[in-house]
Order: sequence, then C-alpha cells, then structure tokens
Amino acid sequence: MNERMVLDVAPLPKFAFGHKGLIWWGTVGFMVIEGSMFVMVIIVYFYLRLKVANWPPSLPNPNVGLATANLVIVLASCLPNALAKRAAEAFDLRKTRFWLVVLTFIGAVTLVIRAFEYTQLNCRWDDNAYGSIVWVLISLHTIHVATDVVDSAVLAALLFIGPVTEKRFVDASENSLYWYFIVAWWIPIYLTIFWMPRWL
Amino acid sequence: MTSSSADAPPAPIERLEAYPSPVAEARLREQLARTWDVGSGVIGWLSVVDHKTVGRRYIATALSFFLLGGVLAALMRLQLAFPDNHLIGPDRYNQIFTMHGTVMMFLFAVPVMEAMAVYLVPLMVGTRNIAFPRLNTYSYFVFLFGGLMLFVALLVNSAPDAGWFAYTPLSGPDYSPGKRSDFWAQLITFTEVAALAVAVEIVTTVFKMRAPGMSLNRIPLFVWAMLVMAFMVIFAMPAVVTASSFLLLDRLVGTHFYNPAEGGDTLLWQHLFWFFGHPEVYIIFVPGLGMVSAIIATFTGRPIFGYTAMVLSLVATGFIGFGLWVHHMFATGLPQLGLTYFTAASMIIAIPSGIQIFCWLVSIWRGRPRFATPMLFAIGFILIFVFGGLSGVTLASVPFNLQVHDTYYVVAHFHYVLLGGAVFPLIGALYYWFPKMTGRMMDERLGKASFWTLFIGFNVTFFPMHILGFKGMPRRVYTYPAEMGWGTLNLVATVGAVMLLAGGALVLFNAVRSYLWGTQAADDPWHGETLEWATGSPPPAYNFLHIPVVEGRSAMWQRSPSPPVVVGVRSDCREVVVTDVMDAAPVHNYELPEPTIWPFLCAVVTSAFFVGSIFSAWALPISIIPLAVTLIGWFWPKGKRRTQRVEAPLSHGPVVSSREEARA
Repeated sequence: MNERMVLDVAPLPKFAFGHKGLIWWGTVGFMVIEGSMFVMVIIVYFYLRLKVANWPPSLPNPNVGLATANLVIVLASCLPNALAKRAAEAFDLRKTRFWLVVLTFIGAVTLVIRAFEYTQLNCRWDDNAYGSIVWVLISLHTIHVATDVVDSAVLAALLFIGPVTEKRFVDASENSLYWYFIVAWWIPIYLTIFWMPRWL
Repeated sequence: MTSSSADAPPAPIERLEAYPSPVAEARLREQLARTWDVGSGVIGWLSVVDHKTVGRRYIATALSFFLLGGVLAALMRLQLAFPDNHLIGPDRYNQIFTMHGTVMMFLFAVPVMEAMAVYLVPLMVGTRNIAFPRLNTYSYFVFLFGGLMLFVALLVNSAPDAGWFAYTPLSGPDYSPGKRSDFWAQLITFTEVAALAVAVEIVTTVFKMRAPGMSLNRIPLFVWAMLVMAFMVIFAMPAVVTASSFLLLDRLVGTHFYNPAEGGDTLLWQHLFWFFGHPEVYIIFVPGLGMVSAIIATFTGRPIFGYTAMVLSLVATGFIGFGLWVHHMFATGLPQLGLTYFTAASMIIAIPSGIQIFCWLVSIWRGRPRFATPMLFAIGFILIFVFGGLSGVTLASVPFNLQVHDTYYVVAHFHYVLLGGAVFPLIGALYYWFPKMTGRMMDERLGKASFWTLFIGFNVTFFPMHILGFKGMPRRVYTYPAEMGWGTLNLVATVGAVMLLAGGALVLFNAVRSYLWGTQAADDPWHGETLEWATGSPPPAYNFLHIPVVEGRSAMWQRSPSPPVVVGVRSDCREVVVTDVMDAAPVHNYELPEPTIWPFLCAVVTSAFFVGSIFSAWALPISIIPLAVTLIGWFWPKGKRRTQRVEAPLSHGPVVSSREEARA
C-alpha cells in the first residue's frame, strides 16, 4: 500500500483520567443506567402513594434516628473519597492505598448499620405495596453500596499486591466517582423512605 | 476529572511524508496478527474478545432465534388458516403466540441490531476492537443462555403464555400459577443485561475510539443510528427491568406491586412496560434506518442528501420515542386530556421519519441507483415502512384506536413497521455486508428471487390483516367460527406466510451456499462509502494495518490516492488510539484487555442466578460469592505485564524506520 504516515501517536500517554479515558465512559454509562433505575423506583413510590388514602397505609412510620446517623456517616465519607481521588490522580501510591482502606472501612461500617436500618422500617415487604416499594428502594441502594465496598477492597488489595500501573490509579479515581454517585443517590432515597411517610 | 499532569500535554507528532518499507509492513502485519490472535481450542473459543467473532456469533444466534420465532408464526398461521380448526389447542396456542412475540422482540430484533453494531461500528469508526471487549463476551453468553432457557421452558410445556407484554393481573400470581410467567420475567432480565452492556460499549466506542479526523459531523449515518439506539437502550431498558423484577418479586416472595387489594396497581405494569415498550420499537428500527442509509449511499454512488437533517431526525426520533407510551393504553380509561397529548406526540413522530424518507428519495433521484439485492431491500423497506407509518398515525387517533383495539389491524400495523422497518433493512444489510463478514459474495439471482418472494409474501400475509381488524377479528384467539366470515382472508394470510417462509429459506440457502462455494469477495466489492471497506474481506483480527486518518464525511470516497494513516500505535500489545469526542483528535493510547475465560464463567454464574431465582429467593445469597469471585477474576491483572511507557521499542518496526527517515 502507498499509505502516508502523517500522524505519530507514540508520544501520547497510555492512560487518561476522567472523560478523556474509556473507563470513565463505562462508569458513567452504568451510572446513567442505574440512575434511571433509581428514578423508576422512586416514581413507582409516588405512583403507589396516589392509589391509597393514607400513607403509609395502616402501618407506622419508619424510625428516622439510625438512618439519619448513617446518612451523616455516608456524607462524611465524601472527604476520604475526595482525598483518595486526589491521591490517585497524583499517583501517590501510599496515600491512595491509605484512603482506599479508609473508604472500604467506612463503607463496611455503613453496611452494618444499614442492616439494622431494615428493622427501623416498621414494615415487611409483603405487608402491602408500600412495604414492597420501601424494601426494594432500600435494597437497591444497599446492593450498590455493597458492590462499591467490594470494589474498593479489591482495588486496595491490588495496590498492595501489585503490579501497580498507571491504570490502577485511573481505576481508583473512577471508583471514587462511583462512590460519589452512590452517596448522592442516598439523599433522595433516604428522604423518600424515611420522611415522605411523614410529609405526604 | 481532567488529567492532573501540570505540564503541557504531550501531542502527536505531525509529519508530512513518510512511507513504510514493504519489509516493515510485513513485519508489522505478522506482529499484529500475533498480538490480536483470536485464540483456539475450547477455552480459547469461550474466551474470545474479538468484536468480529463475538459479533458474528451474536448475529448467528439471533438469526437462529429468528428462524425459530418464524416457525412459531407459521404454526399460528396454520392453525388460523381455516375456521374451527383444532390443530393446536388454546393452551399451546397461548404459549406459541407469547413465545413468538417474546422471541422476536427480545431474542431477535434488539440483539441482532446490537450484534450488527458490535461487528460493524468498530470497523466503521476505524479502530481495532470495541470498547470493553470482555463485557461484550459476557453480554453474548448471557444472551445465549437466556434464549436457551426460554426454549427449554417451551420444550417442557412451561413457556410463558400471557402475551409478549405479560399484562398483570393475568401474568401475576393469582392468574398464572406455575412457572411460566417467571420464565418470561427472567428472560427479560437476561436480555436486558446483555443489551445494556452492549449499549455502553457502543456509546464509548463511538465517542472515544473514532479514527483521527472523524469529527462528530463526519460520523457515518449508520454509526449515528447505532449511537441513538444505544442511548435509547440505556434509558428505556431500566423501566422494563424494574417492571419484570417487580413481577418476579410479586410471584416469588409475595410483594404487592401489582396487587390492588394491598395498595398495588395493575396499570402500573402497563406504564412501566410501555415506557420501555414504545422506545423498544424505535430501538429496533432506528438501526434499520442506519442500514438503509448505508445501502442507499453505496448503491446510488453519492452521500445521503441532507446529512445534518438525517442526524437530527434520528436524534429527534430518539427523544420523541419516550413521549408516546400511553398510546398503547388508550383503552385503559386514563384521563382524556392525557390521551390528547399522546395523540399529538404520536403524530409528531411522523415528522422526523418523513424527513428521512424524503432525504432517501432525493438521494435516489439525484444519484445513479444500481438495483442490486441490498438496494431492492432498501426500497422495499421504504414502501412497507411508509405504509406501516400511515397505519400507525391512524392508530394514534383515540376514537379509531378504540375501534380497532386488540384487533388484527394492530397486528398488521406493527408487522408492517417491524418487518418493514427492521427485517427488510436487516436482510438487505446481510446481503450488503456478507462479503465483508465472510469474504464471499452472495448470489445475486437468488438474492433478487428472495427479495421478491419476501416482498410479495409479506404483503399477502399482512395486508389482509388490516381488513380482518376492521371486521373485528381480535388478536390472540386460537380459532374462530365460520359464521364470522374471516375464513378467506385468513387463508390468504396463511398462503402469504408460506411464501414468507420460502423467502426466508431462499435467503438461508443462498447464505449457506455462498459461504461454502461463493465467489471470493474483494475488499470493497460495492465501492462503499465507509471505512469497513478499507480493510480485508473478512477483516484481519486487528482490523486495520494502520489506523486510518479520515479526510471527509465519506471516508472512502474522499480518500486521497495515498491515504494518510496513524503510526506509533504499539503492535506488541492490544493498543488502540483514544480520541476526543468532538474532533476525534488523538488524546492517548490505551491497551485493551486480552482474552480470558472469566467473562464466560461470570455469565454462567449470572445465568445460574437468574434461573435459580425463578424457583427460590435463596438464589441471591447463594450466588453472591461465586459472582464476586468471577468478577474479581475478570478484573484481576494477569501477571507482571508491561504497561509502562516504552521508548520507541523494536516492535515499532515501521515507526522506527519512518522516524529515522524523518530525521535523515
């Protein structure tokens, strides 16, 4: 072939953070999919509200104490999350490891508290449609938290075991992005589950 | 979120002239072939991450399901050919029509369109593989296992029987005991997981992996169509996953989402289902529009008229498609004002469709059309699709809709839209890209014969159904009394169905014969417009020896005599060029993952979980550990791999030589 070589990409880097890289697009793609799912389930919550006179229908309100405490912990996790992201983007192996371990630990604590939050819902999934949607809503979010805790743990392990490559730091950075997503969604879901029965 | 490096980002080096030496070319070819080796043996077969191999399997599997769905349709036509026929009993008939719809929508139409994208999009945008290739492999196996599960259910007389949209309460725990509806609900989960994975891959591939020079306004219309389809999948499918998961929970653990006695609502099902179900129609035919654009451009020898209008129409269709779902629910007693809105929205969708039709007509008018088989299918598409669109606009009007609700008029309408809008373009596309995929030409005489058989057979089958609908024949009845006077038209429809089957058999025969003994295809047998024709037929595992630099919207037709290419992409690992979204300027190089068995294993565990959850809620806790293990195995890096930057390694044969030439 008589092809002309006009562009030499060899000097370009082998990775990129954020929207310049592929991993970000995959992560955001799944965030959009899962976000759509959260939206659907929240819409169903309000749709079902319209079908009955009282809310919650013939059940006590959920208790807000424990859930609110957990909300504070989840929100506070944004700080180590931001530090982990920053450390990863600076290729600071020691700090990235440290903050990922902290993040995994906080996530695990949140999960344990979350397990007890189920007892504060004051309903079962098979009581009525209200109970069903509340259980699905909280479980859907819990699955996400659990997934990201495992994800952070695996990433932290990889950073300890090696081989440590630039790509691992990109993964750590996108992992932090995903954790923000999970934290952000907990706010409307928490408000829906624990406060809407009082407000509606 | 942007790169944190403080100093100026490294930039690609532009060079004026540098020609590779033939020796270096041969060495590069050999090394690329070794690096991108597809693998062999059983483990290799299950580990493949090559988008072409996975794409071909995906297409073949979806077409096999299409064939089975067609056989089910033929059984229904046989049963309905005569009044008071008792060839098939009502229970079996319910399973057959439910299976037919479910198979065609979920196991054929959406997967085959995504499969075409998996095969063609990376070639058309000029890269070496699809983004997230392991996810692609995973998606294929999940799809395959889901389909197999449904057909096993049919064999053991447990196929779903509540219609392809499985309305509650009919599909709920009270009216559908047994496991039939659960198989349906889980099939949805299987196919949606597979479809969503591919959608994310397509979006990423199109946005980030286009060859340098292919700015947004140079993306081929086919690729635009696939991009719009992928976005629609991403926003529509979560609704149906939600709906079917609720159904499964209602049936398995006693939740009450669709149970009005406990505060649930049956219409909730219809809202959730059609919020997905209407976009689903567009998910199926938007890719068809892209195929038709590709075919018409090539066979008129000119770019499609009105590129910008075409792209905007595709995008508009994607948006408006989400505002129409209630027109499936006109008979449910929703508020009048709401219905009016959805009538208006349904009529608006005719505008972007109309724009595209007119652009194609102008292209044919102003071009020099060659009436080869793919072109015949494209024209057949235009005729049938316009007719189906018109019957669709009539259906959007509430009074008429109530008159023909759930009659054969609706059956006629959606077959005109779906067969016309998706199957005709798809068969045209198979004829068009068969040489690229297999390296063999399909027979033209047989091709034309198959077109006419299918075209006439299609109209003979489905046109009479409009009239049957006017006469009040409801859909989904397994038989009808002779006094209704529906016998003749039904017999005509059955004769048409036989023709359709014969036409399908002709296509299949032609494909098999051509695959085995067809004439060798050239790299660019049709003088095509887009990049897939720039490489071999079939393409090598690495797609392109050098990543091309795109010089115009018609990548092939605007190529200079000595086409510009990219160098410096490593050939000793699976490196691709990542470019920016708008201008497709190179941003960085990225190493795509190697083949591995883990996505297959993960698909096996996922499938076991989905099937298990039909029978017990314990499937979730039991499968969590193996699921986590397979996922971690999937992401765990293999050994100590060279991922650090290498300064001009020996493997850069041609690059090194060109650099030296440049210095000299």
